[in-house]
Amino acid sequence: MPNVAIRATGLTKWFGEGEARTVAVRDVSFEAYFGEMLFIVGPSGSGKTTMLSMVSGILRPNAGKVEIEGSDIWSLSDDGLAEFRLGKLGFVFQDYHLFPRLTTVENVAIPLILQRHNWNEAIAEARKDLKIVGLDSRAELPPVKLSGGEQQRVAIARAIVSRPDILIFDEPTASLDGDTGRAIVSFVRKELLTDKRCIVIITHDARIFEFANRIMHMEDGKLTGVEDIGAGKTEVSGET
Amino acid sequence: MAAWRGNAGSMLGILKIAYKLLVNDRAKFAALLVGITFAVFLMIQMTSLFSGILNRSSATVINIGASMWVMDPAVQTVANSIPMPDYVLDEVRSIPGVKYAVPLYSGGALAKLEDGAYQAVTVMGLDDSNLFGRPALLEGNIQDIFAENGFIVVKDAEFPKLNNPKVGTTFELNDHKAVIVGIGQVATSGLFGVPTLYTTHNRALQYLPNTRFTTSYILVEPKTTGDVATIEKDVKAMGYLALTKDEFMDKISTFYKYQTGLGTNMLLMTVISFIVGLSISGQTFYTFIIENLEKFGALKAIGAKGSELVAMILFQATFTALTGYGLGIGICAALIALARLRIPDYAAMITFPNIGMAFVMVVVIAGISSYVGVRKVLKIEPFDIFRG
Ligand SMILES: Nc1ncnc2c1ncn2[C@@H]1O[C@H](COP(=O)(O)OP(=O)(O)OP(=O)(O)O)[C@@H](O)[C@H]1O
Ligand SMILES: [Mg+2]
Repeated sequence: MPNVAIRATGLTKWFGEGEARTVAVRDVSFEAYFGEMLFIVGPSGSGKTTMLSMVSGILRPNAGKVEIEGSDIWSLSDDGLAEFRLGKLGFVFQDYHLFPRLTTVENVAIPLILQRHNWNEAIAEARKDLKIVGLDSRAELPPVKLSGGEQQRVAIARAIVSRPDILIFDEPTASLDGDTGRAIVSFVRKELLTDKRCIVIITHDARIFEFANRIMHMEDGKLTGVEDIGAGKTEVSGET
Repeated sequence: MAAWRGNAGSMLGILKIAYKLLVNDRAKFAALLVGITFAVFLMIQMTSLFSGILNRSSATVINIGASMWVMDPAVQTVANSIPMPDYVLDEVRSIPGVKYAVPLYSGGALAKLEDGAYQAVTVMGLDDSNLFGRPALLEGNIQDIFAENGFIVVKDAEFPKLNNPKVGTTFELNDHKAVIVGIGQVATSGLFGVPTLYTTHNRALQYLPNTRFTTSYILVEPKTTGDVATIEKDVKAMGYLALTKDEFMDKISTFYKYQTGLGTNMLLMTVISFIVGLSISGQTFYTFIIENLEKFGALKAIGAKGSELVAMILFQATFTALTGYGLGIGICAALIALARLRIPDYAAMITFPNIGMAFVMVVVIAGISSYVGVRKVLKIEPFDIFRG
């Protein structure tokens, strides 16, 4: 029995009231495991982002339950949720959301600084992670000086700097060309997937499906099926 | 792998991020500073000019230095005295608690200088027996004030209007001969731009036309500070008004503040500069927050708590406000110093209440600006950031 990282039960979310109500996610239940890369695919508007926001403690569901490593996150207070996100999750937003007024290495250090680590230690640690994504030479530049692929890698470094158990990517390859996209997802699989970590990726991009362990399909707010790809489970390396 | 958990450390790093987000946005930060600096500058400039003028308006009270003043209740400023009959002096002297009481003459006259030009002057007549309230002398001997036609001239900004007189210079005062026997110095120059002469009370009465009553003010020294209240009460019973030095100065200030166009205009200007500063800085800070809203949203999504975002905004607003405050005061002090180079007698005074008032206003500006920012930032949905 694999280790359950995320257990969602009956997740439902709607927007608006009365006539205007749209149900974005209806009654979705699934599990995600440590040591796997789970892809969520589906047409635009099918509720992928909405569903994953509820899983990450960003959007409160109208119904249903999210358990992360066994604890019910939506029973937490606002501050408790913030602590949960900061401690357990790493996000890579679709458009990165890097801070143009900070240097690249400062951007990466943000989660550590929010965790109240000493500034210099946080920067030193961030520098190590920039090295992991191959950008240590860009540490002092502002992110706007970097290419799209490089910025994506900075966002990844920021997501992993606090060593979260769960990494969440929303459309990581949407604004990258095919080769760069593949290279990044391959890197994520090879370097960041450990048997203590669960990585969930929302994508449209069929060119990267080969890196998934499982692919979950969504349509019209509902889960329509799960495909077991089993992408080289044996490749899973040690810790990073 | 380090165990990166826990919230043991301090907020310093978070504030450092806030600082960098603010200051590294050079153009916006400069605009914010200009707004606050300008507002503080205007407020301090206006109020210090006003303080300077108020201080000048009480110059005689400061220079004479008496503890208490007895006057007609209708007196509003020291320059416009209303003479009291002589018996008042005797009655004041008989109040228990009065150590001594002396008359002071204060009036205006026209001096005809040696070159034939006329110049208005203020004449202060000091009690003949003890010359209470006399100025410090730079030149001459105080006893010479009793010599025939003796006058002491004050060396202040108005001094050149008498053609820079020396000891021995003669002129005519209301057709009487007058001689400068000493050159004196006082703490504060007057507001009205006329030179000041000191002489004895008797000579002042001789030289200057006067009404039936001759005592402009009675200067009183109480035996102890505890006697002040009884003296005030007893003088009031006589139908006159006794005020301490500070009370008299307050009365004069109140007159200038509320009874003259000068005061109300200054107050209005101060309010306007506050509003200008508030709108410029509030507006710029608001734009700053709006442009960074997405970043604050990202911080929130990553796991920043509401209280931490509030701390960041408060820090940014406070830092900007205090920097602008310092700059504003600095520029104002520099400009006043510069003005003094050209106008030695420039009446501006940066007082602690002025600085304090500007500080309160800056705090209000920072408070309102951050309130608006905080409301915006607390309302962001990280979901919207997440959705891109
Ligand atoms: N804040 C909102 N208010 C109203 N409707 C919303 C809101 N957020 C999402 N929706 C609706 O919910 C549905 C699901 O949106 P969601 O963003 O989760 O889709 P998605 O699968 O991530 O799409 P895409 O692939 O385009 O990112 C859509 O119909 C969308 O219009
Ligand atoms: Mg989406």
